[in-house]
Amino acid sequence: MSIKLKALLKSPWVFHLCSGSCNNCDIEILDCITPRYDIERFGMLLVGSVRHADVLLCTGIVNKLGESRVKRIYNQTPKPCLVVAVGNCANSQGVFRGSYACGKPLDQVIPVDIYIPGCPPKPEAIILGVVKLIEKIKGKKK
Amino acid sequence: MSHKVTIPIGPYHSLQEEPEFYQLTVDGETVIDIDVRIGYVHRGIEKLAESMSYHKIIFLVERICGICSTSHPIASVQAIEDAGGIEVPDRALYIRTIVAELERLHSHMLWLGLAGHFLGYNTVWMWAWKYREIVCDLFEAITGSRQSYAMMKVGGVQRDIEDEYIPGLIKGMDDTLRALDMFKGAVLDDPVLGARLKGIGILSKEDALSYSALGPTSRASGVDKDVRRDDPYAAYDRVKWNVITQKEGDVFAKAVIRILEMYESVSIIKQCVQKMPKGSIDSNPKEIPPGEGIGHAEAPRGEVFHYIRSDGTNSPARYKVRAPTYMNFPTFKATVIGETISDATIILAAIDPCYCCTERKMTAVNQKTRKRSFTGDDMIKLSQEKTRRLYKRMTGKELR
Repeated sequence: MSIKLKALLKSPWVFHLCSGSCNNCDIEILDCITPRYDIERFGMLLVGSVRHADVLLCTGIVNKLGESRVKRIYNQTPKPCLVVAVGNCANSQGVFRGSYACGKPLDQVIPVDIYIPGCPPKPEAIILGVVKLIEKIKGKKK
Repeated sequence: MSHKVTIPIGPYHSLQEEPEFYQLTVDGETVIDIDVRIGYVHRGIEKLAESMSYHKIIFLVERICGICSTSHPIASVQAIEDAGGIEVPDRALYIRTIVAELERLHSHMLWLGLAGHFLGYNTVWMWAWKYREIVCDLFEAITGSRQSYAMMKVGGVQRDIEDEYIPGLIKGMDDTLRALDMFKGAVLDDPVLGARLKGIGILSKEDALSYSALGPTSRASGVDKDVRRDDPYAAYDRVKWNVITQKEGDVFAKAVIRILEMYESVSIIKQCVQKMPKGSIDSNPKEIPPGEGIGHAEAPRGEVFHYIRSDGTNSPARYKVRAPTYMNFPTFKATVIGETISDATIILAAIDPCYCCTERKMTAVNQKTRKRSFTGDDMIKLSQEKTRRLYKRMTGKELR
C-alpha cells in the first residue's frame, strides 16, 4: 500500500457525484452524515469540491449528457481515489436499462472499486460498503 | 461604470444533491440575469413507460423522484383508473392519504434542513434531519422501505396497514408534533433567520399567476390553490384540514407555509387512522379499455399531473408527466433578478427544486411532415453543416 493510500484511509473525504439518479440514493447519502448515522465521527466528511476528495460516491445511471462530465470529474480527482457505486442504477442501470438516455454503465466510464446494491441502499448498507472497501485495501497490505 | 460578470454554478456541485447548471450574470453584487440549463438527470421515463405493462409503470414512475415517490405513483394510478373506470375500495383511499401525507412530512423537513444548510445554519439541518428519521422509521414499519415505498397499485394499494402498527403511527405523529413545535419556535422566531429571509426573493401574486407557479411557491404569494381541496382525490374530502396561504411571497413566507403544512399533515394522518374502515384494499382490475385518463396529485412541491392514452393492450400508447418544478423554474426570473449573489442560493432553493422530476427532452418537430426531425445530435450536425455551407460560399473551398 502506497503512503498516499494509507493517509487516505485514515480520514477519507467524500465527494458525492450524482449523474441521473432519482434522488433516493442521494438523500440516503446525506442521511449518513446527519445525527442518526453520523459518519463524520469516523473522519468521513462530505466535501464541496472534487479536488479535495479521496472517495467518489457515484449514484444514478450515467446518461448521455453526463458521460463526458463524469469522466472529467474523475480525471480532476487527486489520485489515488476510490470510486463507490451506490444503488442499483450505478451498478447496472436498474429500472432505466434500455432507455434511449442511458449511456454506458458507470463501470465502463470510470473504474469502480466497490458496488453497493439496493434501491436505495439503506444508510447502514452505504456505511458497511465503505467499511468493506477500506478493509479490502488494508487487506492488500498483508 | 458597470461591469458584468457571469458566474457559472454547476453542473456538479455540493450546493444541491442533484446536477444542474445555473448561469448568473452579475453586476457588482447584484444579479441581473439568470439562465438555467438542465438535462443532466434525464432518463427517458415517458418513453420507457410506453414499453412497460401497467403494473410495472407504477414502479418506474416511483423512480422519477425519490423524494416525491408517492405523489407520482398516486397520480399515475389515478390516470390509469380514470382510463379504465376502476373503482377503488375505501380503505385503500385512506391508506393512500396516510402515505401521501407522511411523504409531505418527510419532504418538508428535508427542505427545512437543506434551507438551513444553505444559510449556514447547520444546526437546523441536523435537527430537521434528526426528526425526519421518525417519519422514515414509520415508513419502514408500514411500507417496508425508507424510500420508494411501492405502496400504490392500480385499483388499490399493495400492502395493508396492519392494526399492530397503528399505535406506533400515532406515537410517531405525537413525537413529530413536538419536533414541529420546536421548529416553529426556533425557525420562525429566530431574529437572524428573520433578517436573512424576510423581504428577499419576493414573488408577487401577479407573477405567481402569470408564471403558473404551483404548490407552496404559489401559496406563499397568496394564490389559494391546492389540488387536495379543489379536486379531491384519495380521502382528502373526508377529513377536515385547511389550505395554508401567506401574502408576502418572500422566502420566509415559503418556510412558514411548509412548517404550517406539516401541522395539517399530522392532523390529516390522525383523522385518517381514526376513520379508516375495514375491508378489502384492492379491487383487482383485469383490463384497461382503449381511452384516455388523467390523474393529478398535490406533491410536496406542487401539482403532479399524469396523462395516459390506452389502446387496449397491456401497455399505454402514450404517457405524459408534468412535474411541479418545471412550472416553478421560470419564477427565478421574477425572484432572483435584483437580489445580491449571497441571497441567490436560498432563493433558488426556496421553490424546493427537484431536477429529477423535471428533466424533459426537447426535440424540434418538422412543420410539414410532423416528424421529429432534430434531436440534440442532429442539432449539432445542422450547425456543423451551416458552417460548412458558409465556408464554401465565402471561400469557394470545401471545409476539411
